[in-house]
Amino acid sequence: MRDNPVFKIVSKILFGPIIIYGLYVQFHGDYGPGGGFQAGVIVAAAYILYALIFGLERVRKIMPNLVIQYIMALGVLVFAGTGIASIAFGANYLDYSPFADKIYKAQHLGIIIVELGVGLTVFAVMLGLFYAFAGFKPKK
Amino acid sequence: MVEFWVNVFLVALLVVITFYIIRLKTLIAIVALSGAYSLTAAAIFVNLDAVDVAFTEAAVGSGISTILFLAALRYLPLEEAHQTRYPRLSLSLCIIVGLMLIIAAFELPNFGDPNAPAHLHVAPRYIEESYPLFHIPNVVTNVLASYRGFDTLGEVVVVFTAGLGVITLLAGSTLSMRFVKIENDLDKTNKTSKEDA
Repeated sequence: MRDNPVFKIVSKILFGPIIIYGLYVQFHGDYGPGGGFQAGVIVAAAYILYALIFGLERVRKIMPNLVIQYIMALGVLVFAGTGIASIAFGANYLDYSPFADKIYKAQHLGIIIVELGVGLTVFAVMLGLFYAFAGFKPKK
Repeated sequence: MVEFWVNVFLVALLVVITFYIIRLKTLIAIVALSGAYSLTAAAIFVNLDAVDVAFTEAAVGSGISTILFLAALRYLPLEEAHQTRYPRLSLSLCIIVGLMLIIAAFELPNFGDPNAPAHLHVAPRYIEESYPLFHIPNVVTNVLASYRGFDTLGEVVVVFTAGLGVITLLAGSTLSMRFVKIENDLDKTNKTSKEDA
């Protein structure tokens, strides 16, 4: 069934738009429904669709296991690091107000950075889970 | 009124799907039905105006989880192995707890009641204060990323830990591959040392 040209072409056409939609959900989360959690899952879904049609190995070439693990940790570090940055500016942990002169600018900035961290971790974990389940080889 | 009957229909659909999930034995059908369950739940959330939750439920519940279940199904037989039994004790326990929950549900405030305790605590402050202060129309995002940022950090750490656990357990990671390599090397050195002795 994988050799069906319809699946191949449709998955190739959809790969880009799904990622762009994920980015829209990521960075538009303050104005519409969405945010890091949903965006991470959507972007991961693009890679999983590609893996379902073209096989795990080809996706592993563009998104290797090691990169996935780094992105997983990077997301948490971005989130937690924002809190540390607040402390460095002299405010409470995860208080965004010192990031800009106006409070709404500071909140915008803080929320976007934090949501980016959420999105990175969720994306990497979802893809990592898929790799783990799909690429698991039971011992004989 | 229309909303009410749509909700009744969707909840009835959930009950039907659950019944079939319990009765069916073919695992792939059960996975497909659990995806349908999540999608119906997402529709209920949309109907209750909880769009963000519906979004998550549709993407995670009926999207990614179904795929992960299907991927895990490759290592399982096609059908459930054991015969379903109905032990009297468990059945009566389920009925008693269910009845207690139903009786307790009558004490809940009405749906959408503005005087419900959940709507009197911090919610009014979030709704009134967040837009003039933040200029961000989505209150959910404000609560999630700013007011309750610390909770969300905890959630992200939970997701991270879960992913790390699964990857480590299933040996799909380069880290554990490295461990396998070290073990192999150790075996080799042990063998050579034994041969030397």
